[in-house]
Amino acid sequence: MSKTNMTRRGVLKTGAVASAGVALPTIFTASSAAAYTNEPTGPNVTLGFNVPQTGPYADEGADELRAYELAVEHLNGGGDGGMMNTFSSKALQGNGIMGKKVDFVTGDTQTKSDAARASAKSMIEKDGAVMITGGSSSGVAIAVQGLCQEAGVIFMAGLTHSNDTTGKDKKANGFRHFFNGYMSGAALAPVLKNLYGTDRNAYHLTADYTWGWTQEESIAAATEALGWNTVNKVRTPLAATDFSSYIAPVLNSGADVLVLNHYGGNMVNSLTNAVQFGLREKIVNGKQFEIVVPLYSRLMAKGAGENVKGIHGSTNWHWSLQDDASKAFVKSFGTKYGFPPSQAAHTVYCQTLLYADACERAGTHNPCGVAEALEGFEFDGLGNGKTLYRAEDHQCFKDVLVVRGKENPTSEFDLLEVVEVTPASQVTYAPDHPMFAGGALGTCNAG
Amino acid sequence: MLGLNKKDTSLLVIVAALVMFAPFILNPFPSDSGLAQFNAGYPDLMQRFVIFGIFAIGFNILFGLTGYLSFGHAAFLGVGSYSAVWMFKLLSMNVIPAIALAIVVSGLFAVLIGFVSLRRSGIYFSILTLAFAQMSFNLAYSVLTPITNGETGLQLTLNDPRILGESATADGSIPVTSLFGLEMRSTYEMVVGPWAFQFNAGYYLCGIIMLLAFYLSIRIFRSPFGMMLRAIKSNQTRLNYTGLNPRPYALAAFVISGMYAGLAGGLMASMDPLAGAERMQWTASGEVVLMTILGGTGTLIGPVLGAGFIKYFENIFSKINDTVLHNWFSFMPDGLEDFVVFLIHPFIGKGWHLTLGILFMLVVTFLPGGLVEGGQRISRMVKKKSDDDTNAKTTPAE
Repeated sequence: MSKTNMTRRGVLKTGAVASAGVALPTIFTASSAAAYTNEPTGPNVTLGFNVPQTGPYADEGADELRAYELAVEHLNGGGDGGMMNTFSSKALQGNGIMGKKVDFVTGDTQTKSDAARASAKSMIEKDGAVMITGGSSSGVAIAVQGLCQEAGVIFMAGLTHSNDTTGKDKKANGFRHFFNGYMSGAALAPVLKNLYGTDRNAYHLTADYTWGWTQEESIAAATEALGWNTVNKVRTPLAATDFSSYIAPVLNSGADVLVLNHYGGNMVNSLTNAVQFGLREKIVNGKQFEIVVPLYSRLMAKGAGENVKGIHGSTNWHWSLQDDASKAFVKSFGTKYGFPPSQAAHTVYCQTLLYADACERAGTHNPCGVAEALEGFEFDGLGNGKTLYRAEDHQCFKDVLVVRGKENPTSEFDLLEVVEVTPASQVTYAPDHPMFAGGALGTCNAG
Repeated sequence: MLGLNKKDTSLLVIVAALVMFAPFILNPFPSDSGLAQFNAGYPDLMQRFVIFGIFAIGFNILFGLTGYLSFGHAAFLGVGSYSAVWMFKLLSMNVIPAIALAIVVSGLFAVLIGFVSLRRSGIYFSILTLAFAQMSFNLAYSVLTPITNGETGLQLTLNDPRILGESATADGSIPVTSLFGLEMRSTYEMVVGPWAFQFNAGYYLCGIIMLLAFYLSIRIFRSPFGMMLRAIKSNQTRLNYTGLNPRPYALAAFVISGMYAGLAGGLMASMDPLAGAERMQWTASGEVVLMTILGGTGTLIGPVLGAGFIKYFENIFSKINDTVLHNWFSFMPDGLEDFVVFLIHPFIGKGWHLTLGILFMLVVTFLPGGLVEGGQRISRMVKKKSDDDTNAKTTPAE
């Protein structure tokens, strides 16, 4: 029943479409001539800063972005140079990276793996970013790390504390400066033992994703080694904002310590709920009820206000540290933005500098060359003392700080005090530790 | 041609041409100019355009024809993605079995949800579908973690069996998705002066599948079955009185539409082998409703336009930051520059939702028929100018 009307125009149209269709497969065969993905050929080199600007970790993301901008300014020779002056490696000249001016693009991860990957992809495919960095959530960091491995660019992880990032999901193109759940456990355990004794019942509330799971596992293992008993482990959705329904059962569980494996907005809300329920005034099993927040940051302390007083946790870095590097960083950050940086800001600033330095030392932006320069790199002068980028899993090993919410803060930023600096040797583990086993770095991919 | 009337054929040809030449059309600005920020012709975004186009076309078969507003369509997208990723983990990196399984599983899932939800209509149907979708989301997020890997999302690892393929490539990395050896990520870059056009294998696969999906949707719209679906929309009670049972038809539409969503999900996973639970969240379901309404409900091309519009904003506007703004307005005196940046700041970067919301409001208020109605109005104006005396016959929004 179909009738065929051949017109000149119709034939031309069909012919054009058909020939385009026939021509298509041939253009897929050629690949680009560059030696590696996004080789910077012009006078600039582009870095991609992929941070959460919305969602539960938005505060951390905003602070990370500030630190990135500061790092770029310093790399390009602006400002007072910050930690570039104290960094043990002197390869950076303040003339960009290998003479190329550093440009950057930003994106919003929305703390969702999908959105983060889309954003990172557009940086790689559209903006020609040769390195992606950022992430304030381990789920996102792992997703983006996988993407960077496939695409052949370097991923410098930002705030990601899950064991998996450099454990079972480690990748040859991914590097982490931040510490992890295992290190938190190892650093916190002796302090908790001195403070609360060896006979305690712990109740875990855990953000339900990779970071929460591995931190819960690490803390439970470390505290059980002390002789503590783990009463219950309850998973809470990352998107939750009200934790009352999770706090109420704690009261009747017989637990006398609450471990909050929460971060960012989650921790602010859950801690506030716990304090509102009067947990901290309770006496259970004849002992004072205690709350522990294994991963702490100043931004969280600020969000939770009064409630953080006397609560212990661990952190990667704190602005009140008195070494030259930390002071230099706090000074240049403070001059530019008017307040001290958070640990998230510190780690991403370090990562940017470390990447630039590795490029200079390797003499190339090629991910394989950069990876080689970073592997086994020992450095100092970035605020954490002597640090090693271990070659086996691309994890940094350095001192871990145990901190406590300050009872009498002198300013709105002076919220945490350092209780103990746990030396790196005490938090170091074997690369094949069971909590980190099951993955492989693979080989570096240059695209 | 192909059993279509002349108007539909030309529509199909136009869409085909747009899809084929998208790398050129979406890259109008030279890559070294300031306007390059607005270029959308890079593989990832183009893939998203067509994949969400498929999603919206499918949604429109249900919503546009039968009038049943499903508020949980993202569940099928998510189910499709998970099925496809599991296929990559277990079978091989070829996209064909992955996409096939995605369609089948989401189809079955749609039969289940549709059978229950379609017992009610109107707002109750919407709420039921929403409830099912949220249920699936929460299951994927926590209870079904062994299958879905929870919040982290399901990803490929070096230890996956991949019985018909290889667990790891010779150089120790995870193999990439391919179509019988043609890697989905392979891209040919054509450099013409300051322009760089990217032709991506994955994009063209998605594009061709979208054209097939679009063609199928035209055929459904013009078929007696489509007529029956429209009858459900206009007066279901009357259908009942004439002795016809509309539910099988509605269920069929629901399942077809769910399979379209599953296809979109499978394609998404084929382009980027990762499936996250947030794909099923109610915001994702809401997004496809927005796409369809923004583009023009019940029209053929509308949903595709709407999908492109929203994805463009999400990916392009969200990446404009203050530094970029300062670059644009650097010609102004300092104080004025800061002021202008301050004014625009809430609408860019993380504020892209705000911009999109305002545009959505404007479109719904002034163009109830969506972008398609806008196009029709413009073409009518042009026509009126060219021949004022002949009575231009208005075409219904279709």
